Order: sequence, then structure tokens, then C-alpha cells
Amino acid sequence: MVASFIFLSAILVADFALAKDISNKDYGDAIVGASIADARTLVPILASDGASSEICGMIFNGLVKYDKDINLVGDLADSWEITNDGLVIIFHLRKNVRWHDGFPFTARDVEFTFQKLIDPNVKTPYSGDFERVKSLEVVDDYILKVTYKEPFVPALSSWGMAIIPKHLLEKEDLNTTKFSRHPIGTGPYKFKSWKTQEKIELEANPDYFEHKPFIGRYISRVIPDESTIFLELQTQGVDSSGISPLQYTRQTDTPFFKKHYRKFRLPSFSYLYLGYNLRDAKFSDKRVRQALNYAVDKDEIIKIVLLGLGKVATGPYLPGTFAYNESVLPASFNPDRARELLKEAGWIDLNNDGWLEKDGKRFEFTILTNQGNEERLKVAQIIQRRLKEVGIKVNVRVVEWSVFLTEFIEKRKFETVLLGWSLPREPDNYDIWHSSKTGEGQFNFVGYKNAEIDDLLTQGRRTFDQEKRKVFYQKAHEILYDDQPYMFIYVPDGLSILHNRFEGIVPAPIGIGYNFIDWWVPKAKQKYK
Amino acid sequence: MITYIFRRLFGLLPMLFGITLISFMVIKLAPGKPVMLQYSLNPKISLDEIKRLEKIEGFDKPLYVQYFNWLGNLSRFNFGRSISDGRFVMDKIVERLPVTLSINILSLFLIFLIAVPWGVRSALKQGSTFDRVSTLVMFLLFAAPTFWLALLLMQLFCIQFGWLPISGITALDFEHFNWWQKVFDIGRHLFLPVLVSALAGFAGICRYMRSNMIEALQQPYIYTARAKGLSENKIIYKHALRNALLPIVTILGLSLPGLLGGSIIFESIFAIPGIGRLFYEAAMMRDINLIMAEIILVAVLTMLGNLIADVLYAYVDPRIRYKK
Repeated sequence: MVASFIFLSAILVADFALAKDISNKDYGDAIVGASIADARTLVPILASDGASSEICGMIFNGLVKYDKDINLVGDLADSWEITNDGLVIIFHLRKNVRWHDGFPFTARDVEFTFQKLIDPNVKTPYSGDFERVKSLEVVDDYILKVTYKEPFVPALSSWGMAIIPKHLLEKEDLNTTKFSRHPIGTGPYKFKSWKTQEKIELEANPDYFEHKPFIGRYISRVIPDESTIFLELQTQGVDSSGISPLQYTRQTDTPFFKKHYRKFRLPSFSYLYLGYNLRDAKFSDKRVRQALNYAVDKDEIIKIVLLGLGKVATGPYLPGTFAYNESVLPASFNPDRARELLKEAGWIDLNNDGWLEKDGKRFEFTILTNQGNEERLKVAQIIQRRLKEVGIKVNVRVVEWSVFLTEFIEKRKFETVLLGWSLPREPDNYDIWHSSKTGEGQFNFVGYKNAEIDDLLTQGRRTFDQEKRKVFYQKAHEILYDDQPYMFIYVPDGLSILHNRFEGIVPAPIGIGYNFIDWWVPKAKQKYK
Repeated sequence: MITYIFRRLFGLLPMLFGITLISFMVIKLAPGKPVMLQYSLNPKISLDEIKRLEKIEGFDKPLYVQYFNWLGNLSRFNFGRSISDGRFVMDKIVERLPVTLSINILSLFLIFLIAVPWGVRSALKQGSTFDRVSTLVMFLLFAAPTFWLALLLMQLFCIQFGWLPISGITALDFEHFNWWQKVFDIGRHLFLPVLVSALAGFAGICRYMRSNMIEALQQPYIYTARAKGLSENKIIYKHALRNALLPIVTILGLSLPGLLGGSIIFESIFAIPGIGRLFYEAAMMRDINLIMAEIILVAVLTMLGNLIADVLYAYVDPRIRYKK
């Protein structure tokens, strides 16, 4: 959960004090975070769950990373050149980097990581991006030449993948290695201990190539119950945690919390949508989809479900990034316009029973969503009520997650689904919108097909020049909002709380965690040894 | 007696086989493939990759092949590896056992220590104010949801009074403590979990004890004892109590699997790394090897518990003797 706020990005809205520029910061103390799930493995190329990725992010580095303004910058790589029209990337690596055991880091480690990523016997889910690599050549210890089969822009960000040490893993089976519970990396924190389902403890790496982190220990406690986490906050047993809208607005609005904690509110990297099954005749007419969008009041949903802590979504791009088109404005709530559009599309209430009909059939559909998500259930109910007002009967059905995936999404047996997508920093969303991705197990499960979008997304992943690339994605954003293959609902705010003894936090578009190694606690306020 | 025990033990094998066959099939028939659940709806992870990962795990083979492979490993006492992290299932279970066992044994001990005398007293004073109040209290405890009770007690002891830590089993600076500080620290952390799990168990044993005792006190041998002029203490504690305690032996035997069972609810609330959460997560992830290991564990313990109860019964109750 520490990660869910530290690494979430965007603009800080809440109360915070700007860090003073103090050169004599104190070392020491620890930060205690709470995570609802334990990590599974600390072999970063196998880790796919949030808890594991968070810890791996502190221990390992990739070749590149995102800076505070969500631009790719070097991490283990000092610099890189892209040549041959984007077919070749040459990385120049940092020379002063050592693994936590003192062994020097070289291009051989990158080569080794790459070989493991494309090894069919390694249980990594991340091979996709790396199978596009035609060859990877170690020029010398610090220069690496990667050649691609075709130009692929997301390739660069894929090198944010954590690099693992060749000298320790060469003879190991990555799927079962003990390294997964005793990792050695190059990152700002060194692994110290892991008590299963209890806590993982890291300590500052004094030889970190940027500089030694000021906070001495990083402790991630596993507390599966959110109400327990909140009780822990009330005794200052936990320093940082994500919180719910209710906790943010009401339960932490007390003198105690104001005295000891700071709250942060940052747009999260995700959005909620209602996806239409476009194979269904009801939804194949664009006017119908637009009508539904007019008929549902998104501001009302945000006010009720998120207590106002969110923003109306207008498309599948991260607000504030180059791909996001600011000129796409959310449609206003306009039931009359919705009725008009529905009438144009042939949906009329002929028998005056309050429901629209066409070809003798009533306009009725089911919103399917997954169990265990109260917010989604509330959203579905609000949509149900608003659509009733324009004469559409909506049923809400909640299904357990695994059944939801295998029986409904995979088999395309749904009318509409209420789901969320994450919004990655890299805007390429070819897999979700391209018409070639509607097949079995693929992610364009709504069956959206639009030649113009296909073309824009193909160009977008081939063009390295960000100014040109921007044009493709902003255009795609505009078309997708007009076409309404999804009803885009909201981008919720990521809400979090942090103990106020920590200083040096400078919020930026990427969030607050990007400069974690510069956070510090004045000696007098330090709580842990 | 010995041959009887062996005969019973031998009879357990076919039952165990049946249990594994049925549970394996049921889990496999449940919707949701384990690999897919792990990487569900991540556009970075394509179907080809899911299929490759399933192949590594052997999930692409026919069901009966998977079952017999698993059975073959089991016959060599190899429970396999967990699919979520590649660790041995046995390591994962053994790592969680100490904390679950200690909480359960402590709470079982507490339950019997308090509920048995309480039940006896209720029976002796049947219909009195004490009996009525305790009946009410017991039913309230029985009906109160564990999570609610736990949260209220946490609010009281940890936040209002600040006496106890809220969650976890050790303090963050545990390593720096000396031995008695460590003992004290663990005690502080386990106090509420043990109390909460015991509170829920009180009612059952207490009511059971009460009704057994009432029944025992109405038996003809009690009249005989009274007629002989025995002291009331001797009648109650030697004649009635001994007989009333007999069914408790069965309960003890049957609580054997429960000792390892753990509880997902209070383990989650108190953030205790116990068995309950391990298996809950395994079930949610369709982590087949881990689920099967648990089923075997619980099945074996249930069957053994039954057997032990039967044998103990024969030992404590001279009226029941198994024929050779």
C-alpha cells in the first residue's frame, strides 16, 4: 500500500508544506507502510502482484525510469541513442554501480536478464515486449546494442524492467531459486528480512549510486484488513497507507490526524468504464452509445461514490501526459438529448409502459461487474436509475472474479461490463483498442473495430518523436470519446496518508515517491532506531 | 486393542483416496484457471504467455494425468510446489504452523479452563439468576461476530487505554529485545487474538457441559449415591462430573483438525500470519497443490481425531470395550 500512493502520480491537491532546502539533513529512522497482501516473489522478472513489485522497486533498478514529470530518464543507463529509424537502441550504462554484495554491475547482467525474460522455461509474464528484440549485443562492459525486428516505441519503457545479477543467478532455476526470498539488487535499499505474511524489512544501501537514502529502514507490514490498518494509524503504528474517500473526508478530519499526519490526494493511474459488447445489435449504433453517455450524470456518480474525490474520464489516456487531449470535454448530463438520439436510432416507447421499444423488443440490458467492489456496485445502481429515467431497463449482476473472467469476459457473454483499466505512463494501448485484438483471450473484448483508430495506434507505436506521436494519441482520444465504445466514467483520486515527521516530500505529476531517497526525519523526531 | 487400531488405520486409506479424488476434481471443475487468475486482465500479458505458463505448470495435460501425477508425488510424501511463488507447499505450511497452533492450543485451554466449571455451576444452580444471566451472556458471545468483537476490543484496549498493540505478533524492534522482553511482547500481541477466539468457543462448551451435567444428575446412580449417604461434593465431582465429562472427550478428539484450521477472519483482523489466511489465499488463487495439501491434512486429522476419540472413550469408559 505504500506504493499505491508513493508511486501513484499526478498533481497534489491536498495540504502539505513545501520542503525547505536544508543541506544538513539527518540520517536514520524508519518508515512503516501497510500492505493488504504479502509479496509473492522478489525475483523482479517474475513478480506481477503489487506488493512484490513495490518491494522489488526499492531493491532493483531498470535501465530507464520515469522522472517526476513522467518522462523517461536514465536509471542504470546513463544515456541512450535510438538509430536506424528506431530499430536500434544503444544504451550507455553507468560505470560506478555495484550490486549489494559488492560485485560490479555490467552489461552482462542486462544480457542475462534479457535471456531469462525470453527463456520459455522461466515463469515470467513479461516476455511479450522482449520477444520483439532481434538481437542484443554486449559491445563492451558498459555499452549495449539492442536491435528490434520493427520500430516499437514502448520498447524503451520496457527497459524499465529490473535488472537481476548474473553472477548470483547464472546457475539457478529462476522459478524455484532461494534468491526470491533473499534478493540482491542495485537499488537504494538492501534486503534485510522477510517474515512471511508479517513484514518485509529493507535497509538503506550506503553505496547507492545516487546517494545513500536518508531514511534508514523501510518496513512493509502485511495487514490484510483495512479497518485494522486504520486503527493502526490511530496509534501511529503505521506511517503511511492508502485510505478510502470516506476516511479521507470524514474519519481523518480529527485533531489527532491533523496533528500527526499529512493527507495526499493525487489522480490515480486508472479509470472506470462501462464497456458495451459491440457485437450486440443494441449497442452497434453509435447514437445509442452517445445517448447513454448523455443520460448518465458522471458528476453525480463521483459526488456519491467517491465523495467528490475524482474526475470525469474522457478517454483511455492519463490526464496530464502528452497523449491526453485536453480539448476533449466530457459531455454534459442531458437526458433530453439522450431521448432524442434514442428516438433517431428507432427506440420509442410505443405502448406507453415507460420503457423504450424497437422491433417489438424492450430496451433492456445487464451491467455485469465483479464481486467485492462496493464502488462499482454503487456506480451500477446509479446508472440503472438514470437510464430508467430515459426508458431503458438495466439489471445489475455481480459475479465472483474468476467466474467473471472465465465465463463472461473470455466467452464474450456479456451485454455491458463495469470494469477499470489502469492507465500506464506509456500511452500505447494497441492491445485494448486495435481491431486485431478481439480474438480469444485478447483485451479488445468489447469487439471495437475502427480503421482510423487502428491506423493511429499503429503509427503511435512506431513513431519515436514525441511531438509527432502526440498528434496520433490526441486524435485517438478524440475519436474514442466520440465513438463511445466504452462509457468513460471516472478517474478516481488516489488518497493516502503519511506521518508528518517525514520531510523532503515534493509532489510532482508522477506522485510523491519518486524522490523517496531524499526524504528525511529530523533527529529530534526520529521514532525508530 | 492394538489390532483394532491398526484395522481402523488401514480402513482410512480408501477413504483418503476417495477424498483426494473428489476434491481434486471439484477444484479443477471450479471456474478460473490458476495462471490466468494470477495475471488477470493485464494487457501486457498475452494469451500465448498464459498458455506457456500453464504448460510449465503442467495444466495443459488431461485432468486424469494431472491427478495421477499428483497422487504419484503424494505417495512419496511430496506435496509439490505452490504456483504463486514456486516454494514447496510443505515449507509454506510448516512456516505458518507455530503461530496457529499456539493460538489454538492456548484458546482451547482457556475455553476448557473456564467453560467446564462454568457449565457445571450453571447446572448445579439450574434456573437461578446466575444460570439465567450466564445463559444470556453465552448466547450473546455465541451470536457476536468475531470481527465485530475483535474491532471493539481493539478500540478499547489498544486505542482508548493504549495497553496492547493492535496487530501483528511481534513489535518492530523485536530483534533488539532480550528474552523476557520477547516473551512479554509476544504475550501482549497474542492476548487479544487468543481471547477473541476463546470467547467464541466458550458458549458451545459451556452449554454442552451444563446439559451433560443436568442429565447426569438425574441418573439413577446419583439417587443411589445420595441414598448411600455420600457427601454432596463426592456425588457431584466423583459420580456426576466424571460421567458428564465423557462426551467432552469426543469434542477434544474432533477439535484436532480445528487446531490446525486457523480462521481467516481473526487472522486478517489481527494481521496474524496463520494457516487460515494461507489456505484462503490458496483457494482464491486456485493454487491446487496448496489446497490439496490442506484437504489431506484436515482429512487425516479428522479421521485420526475420530479414532483417538473412540480409543480414549474405550479407555475412560469401562462400559465400552471393543471386542477383539
